[in-house]
Amino acid sequence: MIRTCQELQALQNSLLNQRDPNKQYVRVCVGTGCRARGSLDVLETFKEEIRKQSLEIKVESKQTGCHGFCERGPVVVIGPKEIFYQQVKATDVNEIVSKTLLNGEFVDRLLYQDSTTGQKVQHEHEVPFYKMQTRRILANNGRIDPTNILDYIAVGGYQALAKAISNMSQEEIINAVEKSGLRGLGGGGFPTGRKWRTCREASGDIKFVIGNGDEGDPGAFSDRSLMEANPHSILEGMIIGAYAIGANQGFLYVRAEYPLALKHLQIAIDQAKEYGFLGKNILNYGFDFDIKIVRGGGAFVCGESSALVASIEGRMGEPRAKYIHTVERGLWNKPTNLNNVKTWACIPLIVNNGADWYAKTGTGKSKGTAVFSLVGKVNNTGLIEVPMGTPLKQIIYDVGGGVPEGKKIKAVQTGGPSGGCIPEELLDLPVDFDKLTEAGSMMGSGGMIVMDENTCMVDVARYFLDFLQYESCGKCVPCREGIKRMLEILTGITEGRGRGEDLGLLQELAEMIKDFSLCGLGQTSPNTVLSTLRYFGEEYQAHVKEKRCPAGVCRSLIEYTILEDKCTGCGACLKLCPQQAIQGEQKKLHVIDPTKCIRCGICRDSCPFIAITVR
Amino acid sequence: MSIYSNNSKIRCDRMVTLIIDGTKVQAEEGSTILEVARFYGFEIPTLCYHEDLTPYGACRLCMVEVKDGRRTRLVASCLYPIKDGIEVKINSDKVVKRRKLLLELMIARCPNSKTLQDLASKIGLEKVRFKMENKDCILCGLCIRMCAEQMSGGAIGFVGRGQKREVITPFRESSDICRNCGACMYICPIVTLQCRGTKSPGDLCNSCLIITPQCLERYEQVMCTLESCGKCVQKEEK
Repeated sequence: MIRTCQELQALQNSLLNQRDPNKQYVRVCVGTGCRARGSLDVLETFKEEIRKQSLEIKVESKQTGCHGFCERGPVVVIGPKEIFYQQVKATDVNEIVSKTLLNGEFVDRLLYQDSTTGQKVQHEHEVPFYKMQTRRILANNGRIDPTNILDYIAVGGYQALAKAISNMSQEEIINAVEKSGLRGLGGGGFPTGRKWRTCREASGDIKFVIGNGDEGDPGAFSDRSLMEANPHSILEGMIIGAYAIGANQGFLYVRAEYPLALKHLQIAIDQAKEYGFLGKNILNYGFDFDIKIVRGGGAFVCGESSALVASIEGRMGEPRAKYIHTVERGLWNKPTNLNNVKTWACIPLIVNNGADWYAKTGTGKSKGTAVFSLVGKVNNTGLIEVPMGTPLKQIIYDVGGGVPEGKKIKAVQTGGPSGGCIPEELLDLPVDFDKLTEAGSMMGSGGMIVMDENTCMVDVARYFLDFLQYESCGKCVPCREGIKRMLEILTGITEGRGRGEDLGLLQELAEMIKDFSLCGLGQTSPNTVLSTLRYFGEEYQAHVKEKRCPAGVCRSLIEYTILEDKCTGCGACLKLCPQQAIQGEQKKLHVIDPTKCIRCGICRDSCPFIAITVR
Repeated sequence: MSIYSNNSKIRCDRMVTLIIDGTKVQAEEGSTILEVARFYGFEIPTLCYHEDLTPYGACRLCMVEVKDGRRTRLVASCLYPIKDGIEVKINSDKVVKRRKLLLELMIARCPNSKTLQDLASKIGLEKVRFKMENKDCILCGLCIRMCAEQMSGGAIGFVGRGQKREVITPFRESSDICRNCGACMYICPIVTLQCRGTKSPGDLCNSCLIITPQCLERYEQVMCTLESCGKCVQKEEK
């Protein structure tokens, strides 16, 4: 139990003194991505091997949260030189121990190879994926053991809380947050300081703070990684926030489908209570605060603030009109301050380093860094953090390593299902809250899906609407009925039943849903349709007027044919076709019967001579 | 406080001044735009609103344009609390266009509701561009609020989300709480008597627009004492 700020400082010092800077360590990522690829086995084998060879005094092995480079998992870092091994299997452990740990040699085949230069990279910070990033919120993700509070304290954890509670008045904390320019990183982008101030000034003796970890966008996993890898940073931010606002109870609303995040957060809360950072009379300054975890209701819409509040109250997770804000009347009609977990994790950084330090990074109205889950047709899939205002091109090519197989990039979808598609021409766009909104998309929860030339934008719009029609809560008519009808029209278009007036009706519907829907989810739901209509109108026209899918995706509009000059009559496609739609004698031209063909594409993938094309 | 919303009203005696469609009116602070507008005789179409139930804000027919300072936005008038100096436009071009499309979506879902068909004729919706369905619930939630708030029941509620949302008793079993009072049916805008117009059921009716209203033959001056069918007004405008 830590009773005073001095005790905390003493603990950190003693932890640092105990550490031998030359002691070797093995850090194995056990985030969900690497775990799925068997990193738990790798960690166990390391422990066993170290025990067998009696290396415990010389080597420490520990689990860490997500390093971000999920594409190359399981990721292992060997310290203190920070040697970076990727795609490590349990069978590789023996070699790593004998070569790297005992003799200081590299295991060449496990090193990361730069795809452009072909050079092997030895250290973590030299990998281009990491080199181009500015990791702040995620800084300690791959460094500390999320289940051990001492690890967090050793890297300076809870110092911000000590500083805030002992040296700063509540007003000063809010001023600092306001001055830092921090905006809600859950996607809304509302100025955090202003929200805190309104909540602090709202009348009421009981106030609440909520951490929103109900991340539900397809392809986004930044909140999950943070909750799994560095849960204490979120708790610390919430404690500081609660102190500044004057709340004594906090809730962490976490998606129930994130079992590891729930587990790590619960462990973190228990440890924080044990050490006296949560509970009664925190650090002897007479401030009481407690945090309770609430499991998400299992609906996408529960991430919307008013639906989330309803869900915590035990009512159905559906939004209400927010003409009276949650900061004035939220949870049980009490002033409630809700922020995304990433926003909370920024608070210790601002308190420790000052508002000016935070505001130095970023653009005019968007300060600090942005976290994105970079996925789709990109070489380096993973979790990245870059300064606000970084051009899209830089994110995709420098950090993401470009598009695989040398294909052309067609569009980038940001902001999850309610974001928009940004076309290739706008790749120089600096990514911040306002620029993305101007381009018809949004920051959202930080999903970034890269699409290559083989993507049909009409089909993309259809796909996201299909997701939304089941995830709309169904309360208001525009969102429920409107999305259904937009999907109906788009399905018609992709199946060759598009009519001339469809595009106008689609635009009309999208605008109505945007203006008339009740909550943020509904209002942003037509963004994919609106942005694809705006930037890829020709592709829609080709579908509707010429009944043609230029990208060769929509099955009803394409036809597979065999090129006469390329087909050698090898028979590879003929054997694999599930419909027996291909006919032809050996060593003679084969032909596809379009009436039997179901356009599955197996023949095209199997042809060794690239003789099969889509029209 | 209702189980479906926590928009409990703030009531105070302070009067504020606002402008509705160009007319300056005064009303108690804390009341909603819809309440004030109806009190002064302005018509705003609604479906999920009932003056004795908690406003729910789901049908979105009552959307109006509000100018507050320099900011103009569209709000649901049944929920928006009035403020001093706001300017309300009930039928701005933007709102009217979107409201029509919204009603078009509703009719396409429940074409056999007289309430909806009447509304359609009133606001001049003459064509439905979507495939007609024949659902018997528009999910306005009136029955649920009626049961819970006026009948002290709470026998029915919403289940599911998105396309799977429906009104049902818990676990789809007959409820012990339900007293078969029929209040839910009484307030339902869909299971009323169907419109006996000139078209077959399942289409947009518009009969009121096509036929000449009897009132014009009976009275020289247009003096409709029943709920106005709107025909006369529309004729004047044309």
